[in-house]
Amino acid sequence: MLDIARRYRRDALSPVDHVRNAIQRAHDDELNVFITIDDEGALLSAEKAQERIRNREENPLLGIPIGVKDNICTKGLRTTCASNMLSNFVPPYDAFVVEMLKKNGAVILGKTNMDEFAMGSTTATSNIGPSRNPWDTEKTPGGSSGGSAAAVAAGLCAVALGSDTGGSIRQPASFCGVTGLKPTYGSVSRFGLVAFASSLDQIGPIARTALDVAVLYDAIKGYDPKDSTSVNMDYRPIALDELDVKGLRIGVPPVFFGEGLDPEVEKAVREGVSVFKELGADIVEVELPHIRYGVAVYYIVATAEASSNLARYDGVRYGWRDKESKDLFEMYVNSRSKGFNDEVKRRIMLGTYVLSAGYYDQYYEKASRVRTLIIYDFREAFKACDIIMGPTTPTPPFGIYDMLDDPLSLYLLDIYTVPANLAGLPALSIPCGFTSSGLPVGMQLMAPAFREDLLLGAGMTFQAHTRFHEERP
Amino acid sequence: MKVGLDEVEHVSRLARIRLKEQEISKFSKELSSILEYMELLDELETRDVSPTVHTLSITNALRADSNRPSVSQKEALLNAPSESNGMFSVPKVIE
Amino acid sequence: MDYDVVIGLEVHIQLLTDTKIFCGCSTRFGDAPNTNVCPVCLGMPGVLPVLNEKVVDFGIKLGLATNSTISEKNIFARKNYFYPDLPKGYQITQYDYPLCQKGFLDIDVDGRTKRIGITRIHMEEDAGKLIHDERQDFSYVDFNRSGVPLLEIVSEPDMSSTSDAVAYLKELRQLVMYLGICDGNMEQGSFRCDANISVKPKGASDYGIRTELKNMNSFRNVQNALEYEISRHVNLLEEGKQVEQETRLWDANAGLTRTMRTKEESHDYRYFPEPDLIPLVVDAAWVERIRKTLPELPREKRYRFVKDYGIPMYDAEVLTQQRDIADYFEACLKFIDAPKDVSNWIMTEVLRVLKEESIDIAEFNITPKMLSDMITLIKKGVISGKIAKGVFEDMHRTGKDPSLIVKEKGLLQIMDEGVLKDKAKAILDAHPKEVKSYKDGKKQLLGFFIGQLMKETKGRANPKLANKVIKGLLEG
Repeated sequence: MLDIARRYRRDALSPVDHVRNAIQRAHDDELNVFITIDDEGALLSAEKAQERIRNREENPLLGIPIGVKDNICTKGLRTTCASNMLSNFVPPYDAFVVEMLKKNGAVILGKTNMDEFAMGSTTATSNIGPSRNPWDTEKTPGGSSGGSAAAVAAGLCAVALGSDTGGSIRQPASFCGVTGLKPTYGSVSRFGLVAFASSLDQIGPIARTALDVAVLYDAIKGYDPKDSTSVNMDYRPIALDELDVKGLRIGVPPVFFGEGLDPEVEKAVREGVSVFKELGADIVEVELPHIRYGVAVYYIVATAEASSNLARYDGVRYGWRDKESKDLFEMYVNSRSKGFNDEVKRRIMLGTYVLSAGYYDQYYEKASRVRTLIIYDFREAFKACDIIMGPTTPTPPFGIYDMLDDPLSLYLLDIYTVPANLAGLPALSIPCGFTSSGLPVGMQLMAPAFREDLLLGAGMTFQAHTRFHEERP
Repeated sequence: MKVGLDEVEHVSRLARIRLKEQEISKFSKELSSILEYMELLDELETRDVSPTVHTLSITNALRADSNRPSVSQKEALLNAPSESNGMFSVPKVIE
Repeated sequence: MDYDVVIGLEVHIQLLTDTKIFCGCSTRFGDAPNTNVCPVCLGMPGVLPVLNEKVVDFGIKLGLATNSTISEKNIFARKNYFYPDLPKGYQITQYDYPLCQKGFLDIDVDGRTKRIGITRIHMEEDAGKLIHDERQDFSYVDFNRSGVPLLEIVSEPDMSSTSDAVAYLKELRQLVMYLGICDGNMEQGSFRCDANISVKPKGASDYGIRTELKNMNSFRNVQNALEYEISRHVNLLEEGKQVEQETRLWDANAGLTRTMRTKEESHDYRYFPEPDLIPLVVDAAWVERIRKTLPELPREKRYRFVKDYGIPMYDAEVLTQQRDIADYFEACLKFIDAPKDVSNWIMTEVLRVLKEESIDIAEFNITPKMLSDMITLIKKGVISGKIAKGVFEDMHRTGKDPSLIVKEKGLLQIMDEGVLKDKAKAILDAHPKEVKSYKDGKKQLLGFFIGQLMKETKGRANPKLANKVIKGLLEG
């Protein structure tokens, strides 16, 4: 992105031309990354940005084509969450992050594909079908922000926004060989993000480099009075510089390298960690004794919150309604049953179950307590280290339709990513290698709350000494 | 089966979701295996641990009692599947 | 068999804030449908609630006025169920950590004071309004009311009769109006009441099965509904049958309660803490700030009026019905020390005018000074009570001061015995037949003569003096 910004400023490239080009390529795309392409809106924004650049305004986002995940509300532009339920929903307002993008002159190229209502790890649950991994079109780009990650990897847009509830930015970033950040909970407003799990969701940037991610993160973070969970504090811009990692304590939890981890992934990640070691960082072993319960906690808390958040989709005020229904109850069940796919129904049912009378204490309450234990784990661990590192996901990208009939096995793949959401901590995925079949592998960095500077700085350092992020599919 | 067919029906009713015959048994199996996995949490003693709802330690997000613009009636009804005389219409509710 | 009645009441009050509880839309009543709405109160995808601090202020105020403990830690919860007037498919309310607990309200019933416990007071949002069309197969939803702030006040089951219940409601309603947090309008739905009621054989230790009653939108309806329900319970028990635990609706037209059509599923609200709202901490400083704004409470005021002004409790009750009328009363007493007289004039004439013209005392053009001046004129004998009634009308019609009116219309009371005697003589001379009848024993004709004298003096004769003079002439 910064390259493009430079070329704009030097007048070596015009935003309108670049955007027009991007629109064309978006339409020609066979990876199925876009649900909606906003030709008209994008060109209009490009023209405005061009004007601003001509007036010597210096803003790295001016005229930059960006893909926005389709669960982030864009005023006047269809926002579907990849669901039949919202296939014609046009929001009357912009999400906070979209307002920020527009304020900074970014060009919203279109809305990117995702798993329906952000529930999934493959985009295969989308109502427009799966996106394909640019590195191997038979493989999944990951999910639920698969469209955004694939769009960036394929060069269809310079940067993109995704959302992350249990790994939905980091895992696709890892699968597509790009960089993705899940910010600290509360640092990016959720106003306008179609809620999946309110205490876990965060919007975050996806780009080719940690540098670009940092710039985009700076643009979208900040206090928003319309979001009660938005933290009102002094947000400093991220230093766009490599972090000096000499003496940096890197925590490596053995639990992240246990059973189920693909050997090729392990190899690439361990080599990634040693890059830091060679640069002077200290590697320490840290324990995270309750991480192994993370998936269970996550799938109880997230589905419980989701079952409630998705109750508003009842066909009354917007969304799809089964017009044949003769009475109210029928209308509810028919609209929801036809509007939602299986995975969404599954999670709503699971969430409803764990909150229901007789089960609340055993499941939801219990999971909330174990969540506290996980938070304590991190608190302890960060006394002994500055950044925790490990694989982003246990496997390389798998086949697009794999495991869809075995939901539990898909859920278990979230083991490395859900802890950051449960604890509200920032986490970054950066490309750290490839498998023998040329599929990207990502490594995950985690830091204490509001220490994105450590993550992004370390990411920039890593990318100054490696070239994985420069490979193209 | 941890979650029996009856229970699946009950839960789907609560959630206003209708499942076909085969779906009910499929969901019964899937939910059962997932919930069996959740039993992992029973290994842990959590009596003295308080539940986490928010990972933030902030409190009191308040706003002043002052008017912000509403949307117009037209905008409110823009996405309405069915409306009449400025109101959303739904199939009759039987009281 | 004698039965004990156990009643608990749940009252929901709509708060007089300018904006809704979680968004900045207006709470104004009566506007065109769906014009006071926004994405938040419409429950659109991606929206989030933000708490209106004035709602908390009002909640603390009511908590203090009911001697409740104000909770320092407050958590909101989601109550999940499906209904067209509930835009998010859940209501944001308080479950485990309500704003106020363990308060009470003292009521006066049948000459005794009774203390009714208030279990809790919590904040929540109102739903939209569902309108049914009898002819068609559709219902319609207006979301103007969605998100209007409510306080739910739950009483202990301390009431043991219908009169207890009605007294409690009246006291509570007056209290919230005094505090300026609710307008108490039962017909419009800003003050709503549900009841939980059960009966048990007198002296029995176990409570009976209770039923919930809804749809009572006036004190009369509350009374009738409760009475009906009590007899329904008693009849069932007398017949050896069981009372079913259920929710029933009061049908005012038919004069009975009926089962609410059973919902398709049991009420499993699946309460859990609201993740979109962070905890609310109400510290001592906040509570103190609100405590300083508490007005004198109605009950305190009633008792004080009786004590300080020596007026009967009945008068005190009428005068303190509304805070502004009580204030008016006391303002009059700054100009004249005659509480009973002022009270009488307010209770009869002032309130009558306010009612006839549907105005508030704030819009009433007779100021406390004007009224007091007029009463002073009566007490000084300048005008008679009867004339004063006319003066009162004139003051209201013209806005002029009483002394000016008296002057302009020459309404001075005639206190001169000599003058009256002369006029009386003339009247007696003009009616010899009646004089003879009187002297023959028809003593009631005294009234006739006095009446004539009054007519002759255009009502200005001092009644006592007129009586004395006429009688004197007749007897003498």
